[in-house]
Amino acid sequence: MINITVEDRSGDVQTIEIPEGINLNLMEALKAYEYEMRATCGGMALCADCHCKVLEGWDKLPEQQEQELITLDSRPDAEQFSRLCCQIKVNEDIDGLKIRLLSED
Amino acid sequence: MEHINTDICIIGAGPVGLFAVFEAGLLKMRCHLIDVLPQVGGQLSEIYPQKPIYDIPGFPIINAQELVDNLMEQIAPFNPTFSLGERVDHLKKLEDGTFVINTNEGTEVHSKVVVIAGGLGCFEPRKPAIDRLEQFEGKGVNYMIKNPELFRNRKVVLAGGGDSALDWTIFLADIAAEVTLIHRGDTFRGAPDSAEKVFDLAKEGKINLVLQSQITAINGTGHLNEVIVQNKDGEVSSIGTDHLIPLFGLTPKLGPIAEWGLNIDKSAIEVSTVDYSTNVAGIFAIGDINTYPGKLKLILCGFHEAALMAQSAFKFVYPAQKLSFKYTTVYGVNTF
Repeated sequence: MINITVEDRSGDVQTIEIPEGINLNLMEALKAYEYEMRATCGGMALCADCHCKVLEGWDKLPEQQEQELITLDSRPDAEQFSRLCCQIKVNEDIDGLKIRLLSED
Repeated sequence: MEHINTDICIIGAGPVGLFAVFEAGLLKMRCHLIDVLPQVGGQLSEIYPQKPIYDIPGFPIINAQELVDNLMEQIAPFNPTFSLGERVDHLKKLEDGTFVINTNEGTEVHSKVVVIAGGLGCFEPRKPAIDRLEQFEGKGVNYMIKNPELFRNRKVVLAGGGDSALDWTIFLADIAAEVTLIHRGDTFRGAPDSAEKVFDLAKEGKINLVLQSQITAINGTGHLNEVIVQNKDGEVSSIGTDHLIPLFGLTPKLGPIAEWGLNIDKSAIEVSTVDYSTNVAGIFAIGDINTYPGKLKLILCGFHEAALMAQSAFKFVYPAQKLSFKYTTVYGVNTF
């Protein structure tokens, strides 16, 4: 199991257990676990509806690609540890990740 | 005030709204489309114009903007009319069952049927989280630049790091008395030419570039007159200004649709899968904006919904006529 600790937009913190080999990105996985996730662009790193702040485990994550950086640049609330969940593949590497979901708007 | 009379008023000019014109046109129903965005295509043109789409029947791969262009070509024979860059604010059902729709720009549409093909809702400017921002809207805070002359010889602060922030900074540098661009990063992605030009203008002293900084507060008595900025080291400074233009892109909101007496479930309009009608007779909802058991937010599902909707809409437009179903392969596309 891959454990991800998620603080939702209302401040509730829960650790979710995602089975290995699920072949989803973190945005899709969170949606599957019934987190509110509008995901306007469907996972193309274009809308930032899945914007999160990484609280722990930044170094476990894959490097940011150009499109994610461009999109984050357009967000007023982006910061140093901002990521888009749709650009993070759920696999054993990210076990123990801790994130805070930021507002969709 | 512009007044338009039509059979069907389609709210939303995305792919599904556009295709609804075709399905309506086959049944001799005229359409007028309204969209808050300045161009047709909805999400396809606004969010991912250059992305490939793989699940449009008959197109193994098609670029999003190309699909929009094709749809425009496909519906051209039916002469649809458009009000673009306008938001529908009011919708009223008259006693005779027809509708009056009013936009924020003063357009009034009178139609027999309303089709909401609004996708995720209205695209509205994304607002940064700054206290009292809304209090200063129209009193120094603008999210869009409709008339650049408004800023002539005025002090302007822009915020954002995307292409529109760069483009407007360059444009306003020649018009405004003073232009300041505030950006949270120290580099700009997107169009490299624009970024270079902005750095050049800053070097020449024609604009003030405030990097690695964010706006933390705004002040003014009545009208905005000050923006407070904090840099990454926590240092706080004040910038005197007449205008603040935050340019952080657009975000979808359900908007006024929520107030039209329709059954809504989690920002989507509940419809019958028989004909995608809503709980209000004469109002249909198709595409991403609707919801029903098994709903899939796919363009191709929206196309199907448009076809079924048109069959039912016919009864409102031509109550005295009987509808006989015809194939385009047999009768072709009879334009009007």
